Amino acid sequence: MCETIKATYQDKDYPELAPVLDKYAGTRGSLITILQKAQDTYGYLSTDVIGYISARTGETPAKIYGVATFYTQFRLAPIGENLIMLCAGTACHVNGTQAIAEAISEHLGVDDGETTEDNKFTLNIVACLGCCSLAPAMMVKGPSGDAVYGNLTKTSVVKVIEEIRAQG
Amino acid sequence: MKIVVGQGSCGIASGAKKTEAEFTKQIKVGGLKATVKKTGCIGNCYLEPIVDVYSEGGDLEARYVQVHEEDVTAIVESHIRKGEVLEDKLISEVDKTFLSKQSRIVLRNAGIIDPENIDEYVAVGGYEGLAKVLGEMKPTDVIEELKVSGLRGRGGAGFPTWFKWDAAMKSPGKEKYMVCNADEGDPGAFMDRSVLEGDPHTLLEGMIIGGYTIGASEGVIYVRAEYPLAIERLNIAIAQAEKSGYLGKNILGSGFDFSIRIKAGAGAFVCGEETALIASLEGERGMPRLKPPFPAQKGYWQTPTNINNVETFANIPVIISKGGAAFGALGTDKSKGSKVFALAGKIKKGGLVEVPMGLPLKDIIFGIGDGIKKDKKFKAVQMGGPSGGCIPADLADTPVDYENITKTGAIVGSGGMIVMDEDTCMVDMARYFLDFTRKESCGKCNYCRIGTKRMLEILERITQGEGKEGDIELLVELANKVKDGSLCGLGQTAPNPVLTTIKYFRNEYEDHIYNKHCTAHYCKALIKYEITDACKGCTLCAKKCPTGAITGELKGKHVIDQALCIKCGKCEENCNFSAVLRD
Repeated sequence: MCETIKATYQDKDYPELAPVLDKYAGTRGSLITILQKAQDTYGYLSTDVIGYISARTGETPAKIYGVATFYTQFRLAPIGENLIMLCAGTACHVNGTQAIAEAISEHLGVDDGETTEDNKFTLNIVACLGCCSLAPAMMVKGPSGDAVYGNLTKTSVVKVIEEIRAQG
Repeated sequence: MKIVVGQGSCGIASGAKKTEAEFTKQIKVGGLKATVKKTGCIGNCYLEPIVDVYSEGGDLEARYVQVHEEDVTAIVESHIRKGEVLEDKLISEVDKTFLSKQSRIVLRNAGIIDPENIDEYVAVGGYEGLAKVLGEMKPTDVIEELKVSGLRGRGGAGFPTWFKWDAAMKSPGKEKYMVCNADEGDPGAFMDRSVLEGDPHTLLEGMIIGGYTIGASEGVIYVRAEYPLAIERLNIAIAQAEKSGYLGKNILGSGFDFSIRIKAGAGAFVCGEETALIASLEGERGMPRLKPPFPAQKGYWQTPTNINNVETFANIPVIISKGGAAFGALGTDKSKGSKVFALAGKIKKGGLVEVPMGLPLKDIIFGIGDGIKKDKKFKAVQMGGPSGGCIPADLADTPVDYENITKTGAIVGSGGMIVMDEDTCMVDMARYFLDFTRKESCGKCNYCRIGTKRMLEILERITQGEGKEGDIELLVELANKVKDGSLCGLGQTAPNPVLTTIKYFRNEYEDHIYNKHCTAHYCKALIKYEITDACKGCTLCAKKCPTGAITGELKGKHVIDQALCIKCGKCEENCNFSAVLRD
């Protein structure tokens, strides 16, 4: 396994990730940290990136895939420019997240986990953002950083999305 | 003068950063003598952004609430320039009681000190506990003090802290670890975040004391990746503590070495379980294993490891500096000290509430939280998240301590307290939690993996109006099997929300199954919209209806064609005369 993988995936093809692996590849228990840094760099974990991490750490791609799919943080497909993380924690649920989710889906034409055709927005319904007193709430991760929006209504959520779109 | 802007996640989400920037700008432009600082979560989340103004001498002159960018000028003009308190934005007397009815130990500094400045922590007695431990206490003395205090783990299980520390201390091994579980995964609980963001040094101090006691030289904080602000502030705190000699080699000249590093979790509820957390720390899938051996014997990298929750650690410095007896004086006989609850849901004044153990539920919900939103009827309170249960309104006198809450079928858990009103469907709540645990089950045990899935399918059927006779009994049977057949706490407690709702709200299940009716008028498949005689014939609902199900003449009563209605609720939302009835 190792020789073919090492020949296929080389440092020069992953200049942003190579230094991370220089630092962590030899440290035991670092796989999750490496995957987090890889996702920060590329936005998601592609088959190639998993292959490269395998080549450098000696872990099999199957093992890496197993870890990546266990945790909700990791994505195996690219996302849009803005990631909408709609909170479905208990406080948000009783305050009507479901209606907000429907409003977003209707407005953007995407369901949980999907990305709009223009690649502007990805919708993710997440467990809890910990902003329970602002329920229902969502966090939007975009090019200009993270922002939390609280006390959402079906109307306000659409307004927020359009404001983000207008910012470019 | 000092202007302090509360900046926990809730404050920032409400616009606190803009408020702070505006103050800074106006102070600079006006050449005024005042400094602008930030602090963590003040607790009255429903009033954010909150701004405190202190005098030169450090006395609190005024607490302003809901201070948005546009409100800054008025405060600067009146208070900062003329020294006159601006009554308009001042916190009301009623809102003041939200805090005055609490006893804050864990949250003693949150919302008061600047979490990014170690000097402010030291100024309020920070690291005194550590100095005392390193200067005059043996590890066994620390354990004695904890025993006297009666502190029990605040993460959920309520296990005596001294017992765990004692086991880890006595476990032989050169290399040991002190781990902090900051992977706050309960949907609806955010007290750990508040400590991490508002007072990170108190966690570090608790961990260093713990490290010294069990003989560990390294500490690891396993923190949720969803809490970026907490990670940022912890990193700052660790660097400052290292610089000041509270972390690193030869701490305070005692010869004790201890370092702390952060490990960001990647999102898995099951990692709240100790052995799963350890697997995750080691870079593996976070799946629990059989105990024994306990982490105190074989934990992180097979070495003795002690794991505590953030809130547990935050109590330690106070127990040491003020004495275990003083801490134990608060609370009840078996549940000592205070506990932080995250009060949320259909509550008027939500936020973090720290009260002595043993206070009746209704004192928290009505006394501090001021009751139910829109003065609706209080139906139940959910405690303990997906591992807990729903406590009905008629048990509102129950004292909140480990024993009494467990008796109801719920658990104190990490302290989530979600209030529900007459509009909350209890069958849907059970479905909601099962959906959560089913997704979060790691899949190792058959009963947890498949049992929760089967239970969820039944609950989905019931809420969709396809429930049938025998469903309730089948749910109970499955629930008991999942409890018995699961290795870890996740599976053992996953059926609790179902069992408690069946115990206290069986009528709602029966209403769904036999009458095809949702008692709370929530489940879409079981509700029906109708227009009452209050209709003025304004035609708005007919215009908003996406399927053209509503017909009627101008100024005449409108009618909904049930065959066309998709129950989107747009008519009810848009009706200005409350003429749309949901049944």
